[in-house]
Amino acid sequence: MTKHTLSVLVENKPGVLARVAGLFSRRGFNIDSLAVGPTEHPDVSRMTIVVAVEDLPLEQVTKQLNKLINVIKIVELEATAAVRRELLLVKVRADATVRSQVLETVQLFRAKVVDVSPEALTIEATGTADKIEALLRMLEPYGVREMVQSGMVAIGRGPRSITATAVR
Amino acid sequence: MTSAPSRPTPAAANPGTAAATAQPARPKPAPPTGTPVRVTGAQSLVRSLEAVGVEIVFGIPGGTILPAYDPLLDSTKLRHVLVRHEQGAGHAATGYAQATGKVGVCMATSGPGATNLVTPLADANMDSVPIVAITGQQTRGLIGTDAFQEADICGITLPITKHNFLVTDPADIPRTIAEAFHLARTGRPGPVLVDIPKDVLQETTSFSWPPELRLPGYRPTTRPHGKQVREAAKLLCAAKRPVLYVGGGVIKADASAKLLELAELTGIPVVTTLMARGAFPDSHRQHLGMPGMHGTVPAVGAMQRSDLLVALGARFDDRVTGVLDSFAPDAAIVHADIDPAEISKNRRADVPIVGDCKEILVELIAAVKAERANGVADITAWWALLDEWRGTFPLGYEWPSDGTLSPQYVIERIGAIAGPEAVYTAGVGQHQMWAAQHVRYENPRTWLNSGGLGTMGYAVPAAMGAKFGRPEAVVWAIDGDGCFQMTNQELATCAIEGAPIKVAVINNGNLGMVRQWQNLFYSERYSQTDLGTHKHRIPDFTLLAEALGCAGLRCETRDDVDSVIHRAMAINDRPVVVDFVVGKDAQVWPMVAAGTGNDHIMAARGIRPLFDEA
Repeated sequence: MTKHTLSVLVENKPGVLARVAGLFSRRGFNIDSLAVGPTEHPDVSRMTIVVAVEDLPLEQVTKQLNKLINVIKIVELEATAAVRRELLLVKVRADATVRSQVLETVQLFRAKVVDVSPEALTIEATGTADKIEALLRMLEPYGVREMVQSGMVAIGRGPRSITATAVR
Repeated sequence: MTSAPSRPTPAAANPGTAAATAQPARPKPAPPTGTPVRVTGAQSLVRSLEAVGVEIVFGIPGGTILPAYDPLLDSTKLRHVLVRHEQGAGHAATGYAQATGKVGVCMATSGPGATNLVTPLADANMDSVPIVAITGQQTRGLIGTDAFQEADICGITLPITKHNFLVTDPADIPRTIAEAFHLARTGRPGPVLVDIPKDVLQETTSFSWPPELRLPGYRPTTRPHGKQVREAAKLLCAAKRPVLYVGGGVIKADASAKLLELAELTGIPVVTTLMARGAFPDSHRQHLGMPGMHGTVPAVGAMQRSDLLVALGARFDDRVTGVLDSFAPDAAIVHADIDPAEISKNRRADVPIVGDCKEILVELIAAVKAERANGVADITAWWALLDEWRGTFPLGYEWPSDGTLSPQYVIERIGAIAGPEAVYTAGVGQHQMWAAQHVRYENPRTWLNSGGLGTMGYAVPAAMGAKFGRPEAVVWAIDGDGCFQMTNQELATCAIEGAPIKVAVINNGNLGMVRQWQNLFYSERYSQTDLGTHKHRIPDFTLLAEALGCAGLRCETRDDVDSVIHRAMAINDRPVVVDFVVGKDAQVWPMVAAGTGNDHIMAARGIRPLFDEA
């Protein structure tokens, strides 16, 4: 199955996330990741939804999403034509013996240390799913104590805006 | 900016949509009141309902909706019908909407009142019926605390409504009501629920009309794409074995006259689904009847052997297609529907057309006329085959060998005596299929049933709603004894509120359709299908009818059928219930067994038309 990234503009109203999530579950579509947040328009929120479906079911996903009254616009962002990012916060065991090695990895991935304690470092990294995965692979040997990851957010490359035409 | 005043509202953007939907022309809502007036939220609600043109509300008051019932007492434009159960209110709203084309309205209190509306809302959602449900809700401060009679009805009905609203500010009431009605009746019609907390109804607010609609994500397409229509016209003229596959959308779009025009222009055979019975006259030579699990052999066979299916406001439901892989294997598909999500959902469309059925038909007729100049394929061989099937496998039934009354005969006679101007409703099961098969429908909006959800108990409250909507029409509820025992309490409402409907209880003492499946697929092991209605005569339907303020009649023999129906037809001062005691072994045929393909249709028990050799 192919992964598709959908940018979904929705009205910023209570319950919209439940409507979208409910639609996916009752129609049997799987959500890989979902991230939601505000946009430059106070009345509009933007969801980035990653779904793993073939092309034909994808058509159904977008058509059914479009039927939700609070959904304003749906755009599929092609991998090559979009910037896609995830955020990772990971707490890695790092006492004095390995700390410098961990820090080296952090630098290699252009990640950041955001919290330090004698036994552990908390690292913040952003990037594509591949990069996050690679970083985690490098950190795992030291011992991952805890981690949290955001859903993917994505935006199209170039000057065009998907909100400009949808929201007036 | 988000709310620039220049932005047209959906209503203003599509001035043509009102005519394109099921809502017939009605006097314009009350003119703008000009300066906003100070009212309570409840008064604002009642005024809003009056302003959108509501004539009748089916409902039951209760704790949280109480404030709304106070100004209702003073309204001269709104009639409230006090039902006996909220499910009855919901189905009555649906019956009213189906019979009239207007939006049906029901009202209930929070908690159990609202949850009792769940079945009718799901029913209306499956059959795309425009209704608006107004429910009371606990006061804003108590929401989320498991307060008395609190239920998250917006959450509960989220998957079974076209949309729903929780009103948290009394100032939003007029706009929300206007939006609810706009959503219910435009595009693909459907149910909309408006949940209003009690304190929102009590608070003082201002009312002005008309409000500006704010539905930035709602833009139904009603005008079809010209290129797609021309493509469809080309296929229509070139096909050698075409079929017009007509669904309920044709009735909702008030497009029957245009359908007739297209059919007669092209000479193409027509099938009408369970939801579309009446969309095309049964008496018409080109009509092959109903397709699907209990469709006619010619209708099912025509679809299976067709080289072109033109689906109009139909959704390729599993009860029509049977096993999808073997459905109409050689057919190209033109799929016209107002809901883009229906197109290619079940069967890939070769020519998708999104739009209102009536507008599509108007343009299609013009395009076909133009295309016919280039010649038309000969379909006489196709008709010869179809006529042969019609001759060999007419819709029929056998009289029970045990001498009991035939349910099909009873239903056939009701249809013949009440005629095609009457409105017929049905519950769900054998009697429903027989009513779809053996009543001859000539007009749209005369056959109301629960097609998608299959809601037992639909017939009586839907007939009540239809009768209030069309008081001049004879309304027959053709019901089963199982269904009738689910919702017959609304006969008290009918008797008291003046809805003299006629109910034919096709009483075979059993849950007949389930029994039929047990007979066919479970080695005649009749588990929990005998209701005991015959054995014990419990309930005695004639006594029950009398107790509910109706006339109660009984018919047990063939000789009495006509006279009893005539007696029922003559009683118009109160509802009538006729207990037709029929045999329990009658079955619905033809039948495509669940899980098989349409080629395996059985015309009658043990008789397979063998299309493969045809």
